[in-house]
Amino acid sequence: MPASTQELAEATRRRHRREKFVTHLCLLLGVLIFVFPIYLTLIGSTHDVNTIGRGEVPLLPGAQALPNYAQAWAAGGGRYMGTPAGTMLVNSLVMALLIAVGKIAISLTSAYAVVFFRFPLRMVFFWLIFITLMLPVEVRIIPTFQVMVNLGLTNTMAGLVIPLIASATATLLFRQFFLTIPDEYVEAAKIDGAGPIRFFLDVVLPLSRTNIAALFVILFIYGWNQYLWPLLMVNDRSLETIVVGLTKMIGTGDQQNEWNVIMATAVFALLPPVAVVVLMQRWFVKGLTETEK
Amino acid sequence: MKKVIFKGTLLPYLLLLPQLAITAIFFFWPAGQAVYQSFLREDAFGLSTEFVGFENFLDVLHDQTWLDAAGRTLLFSGSVATLALGSALFLAVQADKHIRGANAYKTLLIWPYAVAPAIAAVLWLFMFHPNIGLFGRMLNGLGVPWDYRLNGNQAMLMVIMASAWKQVSYNFIFFLAGLQSIPKAVLEAAAIDGARPTRRFWTIIFPLLSPTAFFLLVVNLVYAFFDTFGVIHSLTQGGPGKATETLIYRVYTDGVINLNLGSSSAQSVILMLLVVVLTVIQFRYIERKVHY
Repeated sequence: MPASTQELAEATRRRHRREKFVTHLCLLLGVLIFVFPIYLTLIGSTHDVNTIGRGEVPLLPGAQALPNYAQAWAAGGGRYMGTPAGTMLVNSLVMALLIAVGKIAISLTSAYAVVFFRFPLRMVFFWLIFITLMLPVEVRIIPTFQVMVNLGLTNTMAGLVIPLIASATATLLFRQFFLTIPDEYVEAAKIDGAGPIRFFLDVVLPLSRTNIAALFVILFIYGWNQYLWPLLMVNDRSLETIVVGLTKMIGTGDQQNEWNVIMATAVFALLPPVAVVVLMQRWFVKGLTETEK
Repeated sequence: MKKVIFKGTLLPYLLLLPQLAITAIFFFWPAGQAVYQSFLREDAFGLSTEFVGFENFLDVLHDQTWLDAAGRTLLFSGSVATLALGSALFLAVQADKHIRGANAYKTLLIWPYAVAPAIAAVLWLFMFHPNIGLFGRMLNGLGVPWDYRLNGNQAMLMVIMASAWKQVSYNFIFFLAGLQSIPKAVLEAAAIDGARPTRRFWTIIFPLLSPTAFFLLVVNLVYAFFDTFGVIHSLTQGGPGKATETLIYRVYTDGVINLNLGSSSAQSVILMLLVVVLTVIQFRYIERKVHY
């Protein structure tokens, strides 16, 4: 019967519309839960200290954005006047870049050695690197700190960066990728008289571009977000990183804090890593789902 | 295994040297130190040390406050993993549907990956501070006595929420990738056979996603055990009392604040064993399903 078929089709369409509506509603709610805290922080960073201190948190921007950000950038805030955000941002940037570049560099060379050469103890070395996966910095934190004291590396950028540079994950990823490079490439290179270093620079590196880009995003975020290690290693304010510096500004969370400046600093701390993830989203998602499996 | 290789023995060692040197100095030496110190005890003045065998371990395992911290860590990690995995799976299923703006939703759900755990804690502090936070004040206004700095259960709730909030986007990325790899033909066939969306989810999608879910469970537990140090340190410092002191926080207080190296090392060694077990489980499981 045509009428009932039509009714049925109409009912299905209505159900689909309803389902789509519910889907949008769920996703919007999800997005709201993640965006709202940031929105509130942005709003807070545009009001004066008294408005926030009284607890009258407005939901619309105020007029104090410029002075707040200027103070956060140049002088710092909080009850005990923290380090200027400008200094901390530079420190975080240098630390994150050195960690990302360092990890990629030494992982590339060690994966290259393990895949393209045969030498005594090759697999022993590979396993030595591999089992460091099981020793996150947090569980060996105290003895590692003692090692740093013995080496005189506390309160230095080198001390912040070098212990975090070894990377089993990156080495494993590059090893997997190098194994997929056809043998013919190596043969061709040998016939052309290219040595291992030449082959690495002219063939392997260009082929690894996408992997390197993806890994760079992940490792940059990893470096930027370090917390326990800088907290232990650095008490010199000129080396403070922004993630640690921000929570030091808050202290025990007194109402009298300069919350407006703290919120402006929080925005500074969030901006660079979020920008990297959003701008390099495609590479990063691909890299993440392929690296960690 | 490559068949064609380069000759040379010195070069590969040089290429491996930086990685091996760092691994030896900053991984194996301290890990060895931790094991060594876990068998030693210093006197109160740090003048002499003596070998005490497994005494530090026995002390730790018989210490009621450590056992309490272990229980708390289980509750905390279980809650964080459940919340973060559940909401990520739910959102991923929604975002995988054919709807307008799907890509915008994805971007808006992926970016929190970039937020450091400690920063996530700060954002939650801005919302739920009893005096300056929008929701904190709202709760107090409604007659709910809300102050996570005084109430242990509320403090625990805060660290769980902030930690889970940060981890959702990571899980979302993996669940979405998992969902996209499920062949659409299977789902269409089930739909033609009359299986409703809920039924399709539990009989087809969920079983096919289980390897991803299991992998994520291990990652989330490791995250909750270790990476949430920043959340706890910046929100509650383990307090009030010991209400939010997890095992890793305890290692930090015993080693850095109380300078009890023997006990702190023994605790570190116990945690290392835990990570080893988790990693082995994960690799044994993954080895079976992934073919290189």
